[in-house]
Amino acid sequence: MKILVCIKQVPQKDAPLRLNEAATWIRDDVSWETNEPDAYALEEALRQKEKHGGEVTTITAGPARSQQVLREALAKGADRAIHLEDDRFAQLDAANTARAIAAAIAGENFDLIVTGLQSDDFGAAQTGVLLAEILGIPHATIIIGIEKTDTGLKLKRELEAGHYQHIEMTMPAVLTIQSGINKLRYATLIGIKQAKMKPLRKVTWAEIEGKLSQHMQKIEKLYVPGSQKQTRKLEGPAGEVAKKLVDYLKNEARAL
Amino acid sequence: MADLILVVTEQRDGKLNRVSFETIAAAQAIAKQTGWPVEVVLPGSGVTALAQELAAKAVGKVYALEGDALAAYTSDAYVYALKAFIQEKQPKLVLFPHTYQVRDFAPRLALALDRTLISDATAYKYEGGKLLFTRQMFQGKFAADVSFGGDAPWMATIQIGAFRGDQAEGGSGVIETVAAAVSDAPARVTPHEVFQEAKEAIDLTQSEVIIAVGRGIREQKNMPLAENLAAALGGEVAASRPICDNGWLPIDRQIGSSGQTVAPKLYIAMGVSGAIQHIVGMKGSRTIVAINKDPEAPIFEIADVAVVGDLFQVVPALTEEVKKAKGS
Repeated sequence: MKILVCIKQVPQKDAPLRLNEAATWIRDDVSWETNEPDAYALEEALRQKEKHGGEVTTITAGPARSQQVLREALAKGADRAIHLEDDRFAQLDAANTARAIAAAIAGENFDLIVTGLQSDDFGAAQTGVLLAEILGIPHATIIIGIEKTDTGLKLKRELEAGHYQHIEMTMPAVLTIQSGINKLRYATLIGIKQAKMKPLRKVTWAEIEGKLSQHMQKIEKLYVPGSQKQTRKLEGPAGEVAKKLVDYLKNEARAL
Repeated sequence: MADLILVVTEQRDGKLNRVSFETIAAAQAIAKQTGWPVEVVLPGSGVTALAQELAAKAVGKVYALEGDALAAYTSDAYVYALKAFIQEKQPKLVLFPHTYQVRDFAPRLALALDRTLISDATAYKYEGGKLLFTRQMFQGKFAADVSFGGDAPWMATIQIGAFRGDQAEGGSGVIETVAAAVSDAPARVTPHEVFQEAKEAIDLTQSEVIIAVGRGIREQKNMPLAENLAAALGGEVAASRPICDNGWLPIDRQIGSSGQTVAPKLYIAMGVSGAIQHIVGMKGSRTIVAINKDPEAPIFEIADVAVVGDLFQVVPALTEEVKKAKGS
Protein backbone atom coordinates (compact mmCIF):
# COMPACT_ATOMS: atom_id res chain seq x y z
CA MET A 1 0.00 0.00 0.00
CA LYS A 2 1.16 3.48 -0.82
CA ILE A 3 0.18 5.52 2.24
CA LEU A 4 0.25 9.26 2.94
CA VAL A 5 0.13 10.60 6.51
CA CYS A 6 -0.83 14.25 7.01
CA ILE A 7 0.62 15.64 10.23
CA LYS A 8 0.64 19.02 11.89
CA GLN A 9 2.90 20.76 14.33
CA VAL A 10 0.96 22.24 17.25
CA PRO A 11 1.95 23.92 20.55
CA GLN A 12 2.98 21.47 23.24
CA LYS A 13 0.17 20.45 25.55
CA ASP A 14 1.57 22.23 28.61
CA ALA A 15 2.96 25.25 26.74
CA PRO A 16 1.69 28.55 28.17
CA LEU A 17 0.12 30.35 25.22
CA ARG A 18 -0.01 34.12 24.67
CA LEU A 19 -2.05 36.09 22.18
CA ASN A 20 -0.36 38.14 19.47
CA GLU A 21 -0.83 41.91 19.46
CA ALA A 22 -3.71 41.85 17.02
CA ALA A 23 -5.40 39.12 19.13
CA THR A 24 -5.94 36.99 16.04
CA TRP A 25 -3.42 34.22 16.77
CA ILE A 26 -0.96 33.04 19.38
CA ARG A 27 2.62 34.22 19.69
CA ASP A 28 5.00 31.85 17.99
CA ASP A 29 7.58 31.62 20.80
CA VAL A 30 6.37 28.37 22.36
CA SER A 31 7.49 24.74 22.28
CA TRP A 32 5.97 22.59 19.56
CA GLU A 33 5.11 18.95 19.06
CA THR A 34 3.34 16.60 16.66
CA ASN A 35 -0.45 16.85 16.94
CA GLU A 36 -1.29 13.79 19.02
CA PRO A 37 -3.99 12.19 16.82
CA ASP A 38 -1.61 12.61 13.85
CA ALA A 39 1.01 10.60 15.75
CA TYR A 40 -1.53 7.77 16.00
CA ALA A 41 -2.25 8.10 12.27
CA LEU A 42 1.46 7.76 11.52
CA GLU A 43 1.75 4.74 13.78
CA GLU A 44 -1.19 3.09 12.03
CA ALA A 45 0.35 3.79 8.61
CA LEU A 46 3.64 2.21 9.69
CA ARG A 47 1.79 -0.87 10.99
CA GLN A 48 -0.15 -1.25 7.73
CA LYS A 49 3.09 -1.02 5.76
CA GLU A 50 4.70 -3.64 8.00
CA LYS A 51 1.76 -5.97 7.34
CA HIS A 52 1.13 -5.36 3.66
CA GLY A 53 4.31 -3.80 2.32
CA GLY A 54 4.48 -0.52 0.43
CA GLU A 55 5.62 2.92 1.36
CA VAL A 56 4.76 5.60 3.94
CA THR A 57 5.05 9.26 2.96
CA THR A 58 4.43 12.03 5.44
CA ILE A 59 3.41 15.61 4.70
CA THR A 60 3.04 18.81 6.68
CA ALA A 61 2.32 22.47 5.92
CA GLY A 62 3.95 25.21 7.98
CA PRO A 63 7.06 27.30 8.60
CA ALA A 64 10.63 25.98 8.75
CA ARG A 65 10.20 24.85 12.38
CA SER A 66 7.58 22.32 11.37
CA GLN A 67 10.20 20.25 9.56
CA GLN A 68 10.83 18.77 13.01
CA VAL A 69 7.60 16.72 12.93
CA LEU A 70 8.61 15.29 9.54
CA ARG A 71 12.08 14.35 10.84
CA GLU A 72 10.46 12.58 13.77
CA ALA A 73 8.13 10.69 11.43
CA LEU A 74 11.07 9.65 9.25
CA ALA A 75 12.96 8.52 12.35
CA LYS A 76 10.01 6.33 13.34
CA GLY A 77 9.99 4.66 9.94
CA ALA A 78 8.33 6.83 7.29
CA ASP A 79 10.13 6.53 3.96
CA ARG A 80 9.97 10.09 2.69
CA ALA A 81 8.50 13.48 3.51
CA ILE A 82 6.92 16.49 1.82
CA HIS A 83 7.12 19.93 3.44
CA LEU A 84 4.90 22.77 2.26
CA GLU A 85 7.23 25.32 3.77
CA ASP A 86 6.03 28.84 4.44
CA ASP A 87 4.63 30.81 7.37
CA ARG A 88 1.52 31.47 5.32
CA PHE A 89 0.59 27.78 5.19
CA ALA A 90 0.00 27.79 8.95
CA GLN A 91 -2.71 30.43 8.61
CA LEU A 92 -4.83 28.67 5.98
CA ASP A 93 -8.35 27.54 6.80
CA ALA A 94 -9.16 23.84 6.60
CA ALA A 95 -10.38 23.95 2.98
CA ASN A 96 -7.27 25.72 1.73
CA THR A 97 -4.99 23.45 3.76
CA ALA A 98 -6.68 20.52 2.02
CA ARG A 99 -6.29 22.24 -1.37
CA ALA A 100 -2.59 22.84 -0.67
CA ILE A 101 -2.03 19.20 0.27
CA ALA A 102 -3.97 18.00 -2.78
CA ALA A 103 -1.82 20.21 -5.04
CA ALA A 104 1.41 19.01 -3.45
CA ILE A 105 0.56 15.32 -3.98
CA ALA A 106 -0.82 15.67 -7.53
CA GLY A 107 0.14 12.60 -9.56
CA GLU A 108 1.18 10.55 -6.50
CA ASN A 109 -1.87 8.25 -6.44
CA PHE A 110 -1.81 7.15 -2.81
CA ASP A 111 -3.94 4.10 -1.92
CA LEU A 112 -4.62 5.38 1.55
CA ILE A 113 -4.38 8.80 3.20
CA VAL A 114 -4.56 9.00 6.99
CA THR A 115 -4.52 11.92 9.41
CA GLY A 116 -5.58 12.66 12.97
CA LEU A 117 -9.27 13.23 13.61
CA GLN A 118 -8.61 16.84 14.63
CA SER A 119 -5.83 19.23 15.57
CA ASP A 120 -5.10 20.44 19.07
CA ASP A 121 -4.96 24.06 17.88
CA PHE A 122 -7.89 24.77 15.51
CA GLY A 123 -9.80 21.63 16.43
CA ALA A 124 -12.03 22.07 13.38
CA ALA A 125 -11.86 18.35 12.50
CA GLN A 126 -12.31 19.13 8.81
CA THR A 127 -9.06 18.96 6.82
CA GLY A 128 -9.07 15.19 6.21
CA VAL A 129 -12.71 15.13 5.15
CA LEU A 130 -12.22 18.09 2.82
CA LEU A 131 -9.13 16.49 1.27
CA ALA A 132 -11.28 13.48 0.34
CA GLU A 133 -13.86 15.77 -1.30
CA ILE A 134 -11.17 17.59 -3.29
CA LEU A 135 -9.61 14.31 -4.43
CA GLY A 136 -13.04 12.85 -5.19
CA ILE A 137 -12.49 9.74 -3.05
CA PRO A 138 -14.45 8.30 -0.09
CA HIS A 139 -13.56 9.00 3.52
CA ALA A 140 -14.42 7.90 7.03
CA THR A 141 -13.80 9.65 10.35
CA ILE A 142 -12.91 8.69 13.93
CA ILE A 143 -11.44 5.33 12.91
CA ILE A 144 -10.21 2.93 15.59
CA GLY A 145 -9.51 -0.15 13.47
CA ILE A 146 -8.22 -0.72 9.92
CA GLU A 147 -8.15 -4.04 8.13
CA LYS A 148 -7.14 -4.35 4.50
CA THR A 149 -9.37 -6.74 2.55
CA ASP A 150 -9.23 -8.09 -1.01
CA THR A 151 -11.61 -5.41 -2.19
CA GLY A 152 -10.67 -2.43 -0.06
CA LEU A 153 -10.86 -1.68 3.64
CA LYS A 154 -12.85 -2.93 6.60
CA LEU A 155 -12.95 -0.19 9.20
CA LYS A 156 -14.15 0.22 12.75
CA ARG A 157 -15.68 3.63 13.43
CA GLU A 158 -16.17 5.02 16.88
CA LEU A 159 -19.62 6.50 17.46
CA GLU A 160 -20.81 8.34 20.53
CA ALA A 161 -21.46 6.93 24.00
CA GLY A 162 -19.66 3.61 23.61
CA HIS A 163 -21.16 2.61 20.26
CA TYR A 164 -19.20 1.38 17.24
CA GLN A 165 -19.78 0.48 13.62
CA HIS A 166 -17.96 -1.52 11.00
CA ILE A 167 -17.99 -0.17 7.47
CA GLU A 168 -16.42 -1.38 4.26
CA MET A 169 -14.93 1.05 1.83
CA THR A 170 -13.22 1.08 -1.53
CA MET A 171 -9.69 2.43 -1.95
CA PRO A 172 -8.25 4.97 -2.46
CA ALA A 173 -9.70 6.59 0.66
CA VAL A 174 -9.02 9.15 3.36
CA LEU A 175 -9.36 8.12 7.01
CA THR A 176 -9.21 10.30 10.11
CA ILE A 177 -7.75 8.40 13.04
CA GLN A 178 -8.82 8.49 16.68
CA SER A 179 -6.17 8.68 19.42
CA GLY A 180 -5.62 5.35 21.12
CA ILE A 181 -6.10 3.17 18.00
CA ASN A 182 -2.66 1.67 18.68
CA LYS A 183 0.37 2.04 20.91
CA LEU A 184 2.86 4.62 19.71
CA ARG A 185 6.45 3.58 19.06
CA TYR A 186 9.54 5.57 19.92
CA ALA A 187 12.17 6.45 17.36
CA THR A 188 15.31 4.33 17.70
CA LEU A 189 18.83 5.77 17.55
CA ILE A 190 19.36 4.04 14.23
CA GLY A 191 16.06 5.44 13.00
CA ILE A 192 17.06 8.97 13.96
CA LYS A 193 20.36 8.52 12.13
CA GLN A 194 18.70 7.08 9.02
CA ALA A 195 16.11 9.85 8.97
CA LYS A 196 18.77 12.36 8.02
CA MET A 197 19.38 10.51 4.76
CA LYS A 198 15.73 10.08 3.78
CA PRO A 199 14.28 12.26 1.01
CA LEU A 200 12.41 15.41 2.03
CA ARG A 201 10.79 17.35 -0.77
CA LYS A 202 10.06 21.03 -0.18
CA VAL A 203 7.12 22.75 -1.80
CA THR A 204 7.04 26.55 -1.90
CA TRP A 205 4.16 28.97 -1.46
CA ALA A 206 4.63 30.13 -5.06
CA GLU A 207 4.01 26.60 -6.36
CA ILE A 208 0.73 26.32 -4.45
CA GLU A 209 -0.72 29.83 -4.26
CA GLY A 210 -2.61 29.55 -7.54
CA LYS A 211 -4.44 26.45 -6.33
CA LEU A 212 -5.95 28.15 -3.28
CA SER A 213 -9.32 29.87 -3.03
CA GLN A 214 -10.68 32.82 -1.15
CA HIS A 215 -10.87 32.27 2.62
CA MET A 216 -14.50 31.81 3.54
CA GLN A 217 -14.15 32.13 7.30
CA LYS A 218 -12.11 34.50 9.39
CA ILE A 219 -11.06 34.63 13.03
CA GLU A 220 -12.14 38.14 14.05
CA LYS A 221 -10.86 37.88 17.58
CA LEU A 222 -9.14 35.35 19.80
CA TYR A 223 -9.50 35.74 23.58
CA VAL A 224 -9.37 34.00 26.92
CA PRO A 225 -12.88 32.76 27.66
CA GLY A 226 -14.46 34.07 30.83
CA SER A 227 -15.54 31.77 33.63
CA GLN A 228 -19.03 30.42 33.14
CA LYS A 229 -19.61 30.17 36.86
CA GLN A 230 -18.87 31.99 40.10
CA THR A 231 -15.68 30.08 40.68
CA ARG A 232 -14.12 30.02 44.14
CA LYS A 233 -10.34 29.88 43.92
CA LEU A 234 -8.33 27.98 46.53
CA GLU A 235 -4.57 28.27 46.74
CA GLY A 236 -1.90 27.77 49.37
CA PRO A 237 -0.44 24.89 51.39
CA ALA A 238 -2.13 21.58 50.59
CA GLY A 239 -3.31 20.97 54.16
CA GLU A 240 -5.11 24.30 54.38
CA VAL A 241 -6.62 23.95 50.94
CA ALA A 242 -7.91 20.49 51.84
CA LYS A 243 -9.52 21.81 55.05
CA LYS A 244 -11.21 24.69 53.24
CA LEU A 245 -12.41 22.40 50.49
CA VAL A 246 -13.93 19.86 52.86
CA ASP A 247 -15.60 22.68 54.77
CA TYR A 248 -17.08 23.97 51.50
CA LEU A 249 -18.23 20.53 50.37
CA LYS A 250 -19.82 19.79 53.74
CA ASN A 251 -21.43 23.10 54.67
CA GLU A 252 -22.08 24.95 51.40
CA ALA A 253 -22.27 22.46 48.55
CA ARG A 254 -23.71 19.79 50.88
CA ALA A 255 -21.95 17.21 48.80
CA LEU A 256 -20.44 15.20 51.67
CA MET B 1 -31.71 33.38 -1.30
CA ALA B 2 -34.40 32.93 1.31
CA ASP B 3 -34.06 34.54 4.73
CA LEU B 4 -34.27 31.17 6.35
CA ILE B 5 -32.49 29.14 9.03
CA LEU B 6 -32.46 25.45 8.22
CA VAL B 7 -31.72 23.02 11.06
CA VAL B 8 -30.43 19.60 9.98
CA THR B 9 -31.50 17.11 12.65
CA GLU B 10 -30.36 13.55 13.32
CA GLN B 11 -31.94 10.18 14.08
CA ARG B 12 -30.86 6.58 14.38
CA ASP B 13 -32.90 3.44 14.99
CA GLY B 14 -36.16 5.31 15.38
CA LYS B 15 -34.80 7.80 17.89
CA LEU B 16 -33.94 11.46 17.51
CA ASN B 17 -30.53 12.55 18.70
CA ARG B 18 -31.37 14.92 21.58
CA VAL B 19 -28.80 17.44 20.34
CA SER B 20 -31.24 18.06 17.48
CA PHE B 21 -33.41 19.97 19.97
CA GLU B 22 -30.43 21.93 21.26
CA THR B 23 -29.71 23.00 17.69
CA ILE B 24 -33.35 24.03 17.22
CA ALA B 25 -33.02 26.10 20.42
CA ALA B 26 -29.93 27.79 18.95
CA ALA B 27 -31.79 28.50 15.70
CA GLN B 28 -34.76 29.95 17.61
CA ALA B 29 -32.44 32.27 19.55
CA ILE B 30 -30.80 33.48 16.33
CA ALA B 31 -34.25 33.85 14.72
CA LYS B 32 -35.36 36.18 17.53
CA GLN B 33 -32.58 38.59 16.63
CA THR B 34 -32.51 38.26 12.87
CA GLY B 35 -36.17 37.67 12.14
CA TRP B 36 -35.26 34.75 9.89
CA PRO B 37 -37.79 31.90 10.20
CA VAL B 38 -36.65 28.42 11.27
CA GLU B 39 -37.25 25.24 9.28
CA VAL B 40 -36.08 21.74 10.06
CA VAL B 41 -34.99 18.81 7.91
CA LEU B 42 -34.73 15.22 9.10
CA PRO B 43 -32.94 12.86 6.69
CA GLY B 44 -33.69 9.14 6.91
CA SER B 45 -36.02 6.40 5.81
CA GLY B 46 -39.48 6.14 7.36
CA VAL B 47 -38.96 9.13 9.64
CA THR B 48 -42.36 10.85 9.42
CA ALA B 49 -43.29 9.83 12.98
CA LEU B 50 -40.05 11.28 14.30
CA ALA B 51 -40.66 14.44 12.27
CA GLN B 52 -43.79 14.92 14.38
CA GLU B 53 -41.67 15.21 17.52
CA LEU B 54 -39.72 17.98 15.84
CA ALA B 55 -42.89 19.66 14.62
CA ALA B 56 -43.95 20.11 18.26
CA LYS B 57 -41.40 22.93 18.43
CA ALA B 58 -41.87 26.51 17.26
CA VAL B 59 -40.62 25.97 13.73
CA GLY B 60 -42.14 26.57 10.31
CA LYS B 61 -41.85 23.45 8.25
CA VAL B 62 -40.34 20.10 9.14
CA TYR B 63 -39.13 18.27 6.06
CA ALA B 64 -38.89 14.51 6.29
CA LEU B 65 -36.17 13.92 3.70
CA GLU B 66 -36.97 10.34 2.78
CA GLY B 67 -34.88 7.85 0.86
CA ASP B 68 -33.88 4.19 1.06
CA ALA B 69 -30.27 5.31 0.63
CA LEU B 70 -30.59 7.26 3.91
CA ALA B 71 -31.80 4.27 5.98
CA ALA B 72 -28.29 3.47 7.20
CA TYR B 73 -25.96 6.43 7.33
CA THR B 74 -23.23 6.89 4.73
CA SER B 75 -21.49 10.20 4.14
CA ASP B 76 -21.87 9.83 0.36
CA ALA B 77 -25.67 9.44 0.46
CA TYR B 78 -26.12 12.20 3.06
CA VAL B 79 -23.94 14.67 1.17
CA TYR B 80 -25.74 13.92 -2.09
CA ALA B 81 -29.26 14.25 -0.66
CA LEU B 82 -28.59 17.31 1.49
CA LYS B 83 -26.66 19.12 -1.22
CA ALA B 84 -29.65 18.89 -3.56
CA PHE B 85 -32.06 19.86 -0.76
CA ILE B 86 -30.05 22.91 0.32
CA GLN B 87 -29.57 24.04 -3.28
CA GLU B 88 -33.30 23.97 -3.70
CA LYS B 89 -34.22 25.73 -0.44
CA GLN B 90 -31.33 28.25 -0.56
CA PRO B 91 -31.39 29.01 3.19
CA LYS B 92 -29.28 31.81 4.58
CA LEU B 93 -27.98 29.73 7.48
CA VAL B 94 -27.75 25.97 8.01
CA LEU B 95 -27.19 24.67 11.55
CA PHE B 96 -26.21 21.14 12.51
CA PRO B 97 -25.72 19.46 15.89
CA HIS B 98 -21.98 18.77 16.37
CA THR B 99 -22.37 15.00 16.53
CA TYR B 100 -19.91 12.39 15.27
CA GLN B 101 -22.18 11.83 12.26
CA VAL B 102 -22.25 15.52 11.39
CA ARG B 103 -18.47 15.73 11.79
CA ASP B 104 -18.32 12.95 9.22
CA PHE B 105 -20.35 14.55 6.44
CA ALA B 106 -20.94 18.27 7.06
CA PRO B 107 -17.47 19.58 6.06
CA ARG B 108 -17.75 17.66 2.79
CA LEU B 109 -21.29 18.92 2.22
CA ALA B 110 -20.17 22.52 2.75
CA LEU B 111 -17.32 22.18 0.25
CA ALA B 112 -19.58 20.42 -2.27
CA LEU B 113 -21.75 23.56 -2.07
CA ASP B 114 -18.60 25.71 -2.38
CA ARG B 115 -19.27 27.04 1.09
CA THR B 116 -17.58 26.86 4.49
CA LEU B 117 -18.53 25.29 7.81
CA ILE B 118 -17.73 26.79 11.20
CA SER B 119 -17.53 23.74 13.42
CA ASP B 120 -18.29 23.23 17.09
CA ALA B 121 -19.80 26.64 17.90
CA THR B 122 -20.66 27.29 21.54
CA ALA B 123 -22.41 30.63 21.00
CA TYR B 124 -23.28 33.20 18.36
CA LYS B 125 -23.21 36.98 18.10
CA TYR B 126 -25.28 39.11 15.76
CA GLU B 127 -23.67 42.53 15.53
CA GLY B 128 -24.57 45.17 12.97
CA GLY B 129 -26.11 42.64 10.61
CA LYS B 130 -23.04 40.40 10.85
CA LEU B 131 -23.34 36.87 12.22
CA LEU B 132 -20.40 35.53 14.23
CA PHE B 133 -19.99 32.15 15.84
CA THR B 134 -17.85 31.58 18.91
CA ARG B 135 -15.81 28.40 19.07
CA GLN B 136 -13.10 27.08 21.31
CA MET B 137 -9.54 26.77 20.11
CA PHE B 138 -6.30 25.39 21.50
CA GLN B 139 -8.21 22.76 23.48
CA GLY B 140 -10.38 25.39 25.16
CA LYS B 141 -7.55 27.69 26.24
CA PHE B 142 -8.91 30.38 23.91
CA ALA B 143 -12.23 31.26 22.34
CA ALA B 144 -12.50 32.70 18.85
CA ASP B 145 -15.23 34.79 17.23
CA VAL B 146 -15.39 33.60 13.64
CA SER B 147 -17.16 35.32 10.73
CA PHE B 148 -18.19 34.08 7.30
CA GLY B 149 -16.28 35.59 4.39
CA GLY B 150 -18.30 34.33 1.44
CA ASP B 151 -21.91 34.21 0.39
CA ALA B 152 -24.77 32.38 2.12
CA PRO B 153 -25.74 29.68 2.81
CA TRP B 154 -23.54 29.93 5.87
CA MET B 155 -23.09 26.71 7.77
CA ALA B 156 -22.20 25.96 11.39
CA THR B 157 -22.33 23.07 13.83
CA ILE B 158 -23.54 23.64 17.39
CA GLN B 159 -21.64 22.04 20.25
CA ILE B 160 -23.40 19.50 22.44
CA GLY B 161 -24.69 21.19 25.60
CA ALA B 162 -24.19 24.74 24.30
CA PHE B 163 -27.95 25.37 24.17
CA ARG B 164 -30.74 23.87 26.28
CA GLY B 165 -32.83 21.46 24.24
CA ASP B 166 -35.57 21.43 26.87
CA GLN B 167 -35.89 25.19 26.42
CA ALA B 168 -36.61 24.98 22.69
CA GLU B 169 -39.89 26.82 22.29
CA GLY B 170 -42.95 24.70 21.61
CA GLY B 171 -45.25 25.20 18.63
CA SER B 172 -46.71 23.34 15.71
CA GLY B 173 -44.71 22.98 12.54
CA VAL B 174 -46.05 21.61 9.29
CA ILE B 175 -44.61 18.31 8.12
CA GLU B 176 -43.72 17.90 4.48
CA THR B 177 -42.28 14.71 3.05
CA VAL B 178 -39.62 15.20 0.41
CA ALA B 179 -38.03 12.45 -1.69
CA ALA B 180 -34.27 12.55 -1.24
CA ALA B 181 -32.07 12.91 -4.31
CA VAL B 182 -30.20 9.66 -4.92
CA SER B 183 -26.91 9.27 -6.75
CA ASP B 184 -26.72 6.58 -9.43
CA ALA B 185 -22.97 6.15 -8.90
CA PRO B 186 -22.02 2.77 -7.40
CA ALA B 187 -21.78 2.83 -3.59
CA ARG B 188 -18.26 3.25 -2.25
CA VAL B 189 -19.17 2.58 1.37
CA THR B 190 -21.06 -0.35 2.90
CA PRO B 191 -22.25 0.33 6.44
CA HIS B 192 -22.88 -2.49 8.93
CA GLU B 193 -24.93 -2.55 12.14
CA VAL B 194 -24.13 -0.18 14.98
CA PHE B 195 -23.08 -2.15 18.06
CA GLN B 196 -21.78 -1.85 21.62
CA GLU B 197 -18.82 -3.82 22.91
CA ALA B 198 -19.33 -6.09 25.91
CA LYS B 199 -22.06 -4.65 28.09
CA GLU B 200 -20.75 -1.71 30.05
CA ALA B 201 -19.50 -3.02 33.35
CA ILE B 202 -20.25 0.21 35.15
CA ASP B 203 -22.96 2.79 34.70
CA LEU B 204 -21.35 5.99 35.94
CA THR B 205 -24.54 7.95 35.30
CA GLN B 206 -25.86 6.49 38.55
CA SER B 207 -22.87 7.59 40.65
CA GLU B 208 -23.33 10.52 43.02
CA VAL B 209 -19.62 11.19 43.40
CA ILE B 210 -17.08 10.86 40.61
CA ILE B 211 -13.32 11.37 40.84
CA ALA B 212 -11.97 11.95 37.34
CA VAL B 213 -8.31 11.55 36.51
CA GLY B 214 -6.52 13.34 33.67
CA ARG B 215 -3.05 13.49 32.17
CA GLY B 216 -1.79 15.34 35.24
CA ILE B 217 -1.61 11.99 37.07
CA ARG B 218 1.47 11.34 34.91
CA GLU B 219 1.97 7.61 35.60
CA GLN B 220 -0.15 4.57 36.19
CA LYS B 221 1.48 3.97 39.55
CA ASN B 222 -0.12 7.22 40.78
CA MET B 223 -3.66 5.97 40.15
CA PRO B 224 -4.15 4.90 43.82
CA LEU B 225 -4.26 8.62 44.71
CA ALA B 226 -7.61 8.79 42.93
CA GLU B 227 -8.76 5.40 44.17
CA ASN B 228 -8.11 6.37 47.81
CA LEU B 229 -10.01 9.64 47.48
CA ALA B 230 -12.88 7.82 45.77
CA ALA B 231 -12.95 5.23 48.57
CA ALA B 232 -13.03 7.97 51.23
CA LEU B 233 -15.89 9.76 49.45
CA GLY B 234 -17.76 6.62 48.47
CA GLY B 235 -17.43 7.54 44.81
CA GLU B 236 -16.27 6.03 41.54
CA VAL B 237 -13.04 6.65 39.66
CA ALA B 238 -13.37 7.83 36.07
CA ALA B 239 -11.00 9.42 33.59
CA SER B 240 -10.48 11.56 30.53
CA ARG B 241 -9.70 9.81 27.27
CA PRO B 242 -5.86 9.70 27.37
CA ILE B 243 -5.94 7.74 30.62
CA CYS B 244 -8.19 5.07 29.10
CA ASP B 245 -6.15 5.07 25.88
CA ASN B 246 -3.12 4.26 28.03
CA GLY B 247 -5.03 1.37 29.58
CA TRP B 248 -4.76 2.80 33.10
CA LEU B 249 -8.53 2.51 33.50
CA PRO B 250 -11.00 0.45 31.47
CA ILE B 251 -12.66 2.28 28.59
CA ASP B 252 -16.09 2.08 30.25
CA ARG B 253 -14.87 4.55 32.88
CA GLN B 254 -14.20 7.25 30.30
CA ILE B 255 -16.14 10.52 30.60
CA GLY B 256 -16.75 12.65 27.52
CA SER B 257 -18.11 12.63 24.01
CA SER B 258 -16.91 9.13 23.21
CA GLY B 259 -17.59 7.82 26.72
CA GLN B 260 -20.28 8.38 29.33
CA THR B 261 -22.15 11.62 30.03
CA VAL B 262 -22.65 12.17 33.74
CA ALA B 263 -24.15 14.71 36.12
CA PRO B 264 -23.29 13.60 39.67
CA LYS B 265 -23.70 15.64 42.86
CA LEU B 266 -19.94 16.00 43.11
CA TYR B 267 -17.35 15.79 40.34
CA ILE B 268 -13.71 16.14 41.29
CA ALA B 269 -11.42 16.54 38.29
CA MET B 270 -7.77 15.98 39.18
CA GLY B 271 -5.15 16.81 36.56
CA VAL B 272 -7.82 17.14 33.89
CA SER B 273 -7.08 20.08 31.57
CA GLY B 274 -10.66 20.35 30.36
CA ALA B 275 -10.57 19.66 26.63
CA ILE B 276 -13.98 20.14 25.12
CA GLN B 277 -14.44 16.41 24.49
CA HIS B 278 -14.27 15.86 28.26
CA ILE B 279 -16.33 18.90 29.29
CA VAL B 280 -19.37 17.86 27.25
CA GLY B 281 -19.55 14.69 29.32
CA MET B 282 -19.61 16.32 32.78
CA LYS B 283 -20.53 20.00 32.68
CA GLY B 284 -23.98 19.25 34.05
CA SER B 285 -22.52 18.04 37.38
CA ARG B 286 -23.94 19.88 40.40
CA THR B 287 -20.66 20.73 42.12
CA ILE B 288 -17.44 20.65 40.14
CA VAL B 289 -14.08 20.77 41.91
CA ALA B 290 -11.04 21.05 39.65
CA ILE B 291 -7.49 20.47 40.86
CA ASN B 292 -4.81 21.53 38.40
CA LYS B 293 -1.38 23.13 38.62
CA ASP B 294 -2.02 25.29 35.53
CA PRO B 295 -4.06 28.36 36.59
CA GLU B 296 -5.20 28.76 32.97
CA ALA B 297 -6.52 25.21 32.56
CA PRO B 298 -9.90 25.45 30.76
CA ILE B 299 -11.49 23.10 33.32
CA PHE B 300 -11.52 26.06 35.76
CA GLU B 301 -14.02 27.91 33.54
CA ILE B 302 -16.77 25.50 34.54
CA ALA B 303 -15.56 24.72 38.07
CA ASP B 304 -17.33 25.78 41.26
CA VAL B 305 -14.07 25.40 43.14
CA ALA B 306 -10.72 25.90 41.43
CA VAL B 307 -7.80 24.43 43.35
CA VAL B 308 -4.64 25.75 41.73
CA GLY B 309 -1.99 23.42 43.03
CA ASP B 310 -0.04 20.20 42.84
CA LEU B 311 -2.45 17.29 42.88
CA PHE B 312 0.23 15.05 44.37
CA GLN B 313 0.05 17.16 47.53
CA VAL B 314 -3.54 18.33 47.48
CA VAL B 315 -5.23 14.98 46.83
CA PRO B 316 -3.64 13.02 49.71
CA ALA B 317 -4.36 15.92 52.09
CA LEU B 318 -7.94 16.06 50.83
CA THR B 319 -8.35 12.31 51.31
CA GLU B 320 -7.25 12.64 54.94
CA GLU B 321 -9.60 15.58 55.58
CA VAL B 322 -12.53 13.73 54.02
CA LYS B 323 -11.83 10.72 56.24
CA LYS B 324 -11.81 12.97 59.31
CA ALA B 325 -15.02 14.71 58.27
CA LYS B 326 -16.79 11.46 57.54
CA GLY B 327 -15.58 9.94 60.79
CA SER B 328 -16.98 12.78 62.88
